[in-house]
Amino acid sequence: MNVFAALGARALAVFRGWGHAALFFVDLLRALLPALRRFGLVVTQIHAIGNRSLVIILASGLAVGFVLALQLYNTLITFGAAESLGLVVNLSLVRELGPVVTTLLFAGRAGTSLTAEIGLMKAGEQIAALELMAIDPRQRVLAPRFIAGIISMPLLAILFSAIGILGAWVVAVGLIGIDAGNFWAIQQNGVDVWRDVGNGVIKSAVFGVICTAVALYQGYETEATPEGVAYATTRTVVISSLGVLGMDFILTALMFSTGR
Amino acid sequence: MAKRNIEILVGLFVVLGLLALVFVALKAANLTSFSNGQTYVLTARFDNIGGLKARAPVRSAGVVVGRVTSISLDPKTYQGVVTLAVDQRFQFPKDSAAKILTAGLLGDQYIGIEPGGDDANLAPDGVIAQTQSAVVLENLIGQFLTGKAADAGTAAEAPK
Repeated sequence: MNVFAALGARALAVFRGWGHAALFFVDLLRALLPALRRFGLVVTQIHAIGNRSLVIILASGLAVGFVLALQLYNTLITFGAAESLGLVVNLSLVRELGPVVTTLLFAGRAGTSLTAEIGLMKAGEQIAALELMAIDPRQRVLAPRFIAGIISMPLLAILFSAIGILGAWVVAVGLIGIDAGNFWAIQQNGVDVWRDVGNGVIKSAVFGVICTAVALYQGYETEATPEGVAYATTRTVVISSLGVLGMDFILTALMFSTGR
Repeated sequence: MAKRNIEILVGLFVVLGLLALVFVALKAANLTSFSNGQTYVLTARFDNIGGLKARAPVRSAGVVVGRVTSISLDPKTYQGVVTLAVDQRFQFPKDSAAKILTAGLLGDQYIGIEPGGDDANLAPDGVIAQTQSAVVLENLIGQFLTGKAADAGTAAEAPK
């Protein structure tokens, strides 16, 4: 009997957690419009989570582009298809690696800082103080960060892809000696703006929503102790990374399974 | 002053991101080549489309003039019905022929349009009457082998 009770309690706890998170998300969405009216707060947050992630995103994108080009060349040359190097790099960056790797970096760079910041605000009872002053902390604290995350993520992801393609161009044309004209022409033939680039941007925006919402929820619901904030920060990275990878599979299946 | 600096930095970040999008769209994808251009639709029926896929290029004299938009099977004639979106700038005579060709030995298949000599042009939603199906490697090998066998048969009979 105890086994069933434990199982039931566990299941109830899981559902309660999901319900709690869903309610939090709905509240967050409700706070978006009022927060948009004070766009100055959003701009400050874009600076904090977007601009400051720029260096790590650009550096990683460049490195990924370099390495992809070098590695793929070794395989493609055995099929005599070295000219399509640019196309393969471009498609893998724009469709998958750009959105996914950017989100993983974003979760580590910006998600953690969001969780820690809000967790500490809660631990320092600043959130409670805002509520006492009849200021809705969701509108004043959470929503601007959420909007900033949704705006920053697609921009960062497309920058990652662009710098990755440039990196591949440097390696392919400069180092390996593939013809620059073919490098670009084959890409233009094989990459569709709406199907590939457009879906990549949609993906990165969805990932931005997931990652930022998880970070804010973990920060907002953290236990107001140093250990609590530490756990919450870890959970932000784990949950948003796994969530984004799972979501990526679903989106890829929806977007790219039909047709060619 | 610090707030103004932050606003400038954020503006730069957004502009940089949009520039990256424009770069990817224009330089590394096909926005420039007719995805938005004016096109008209043509239909061609093939006995066998081989490995032709939607979005494959339509070429005339090797120049890309359009794309394959959809492929379906006619349930009555059991022919493959291929619809093509061809750039408005290019008009083809009524008796033009459509062939399914292969780029290189093992490359992607595309549709080649060979212009005919008719004075009238194919109207939008028109049908290309003359078509040549894709070359299927197995059939080709089969023909080659039966040809060889026939040759061997006649060669054996000849000395008598």
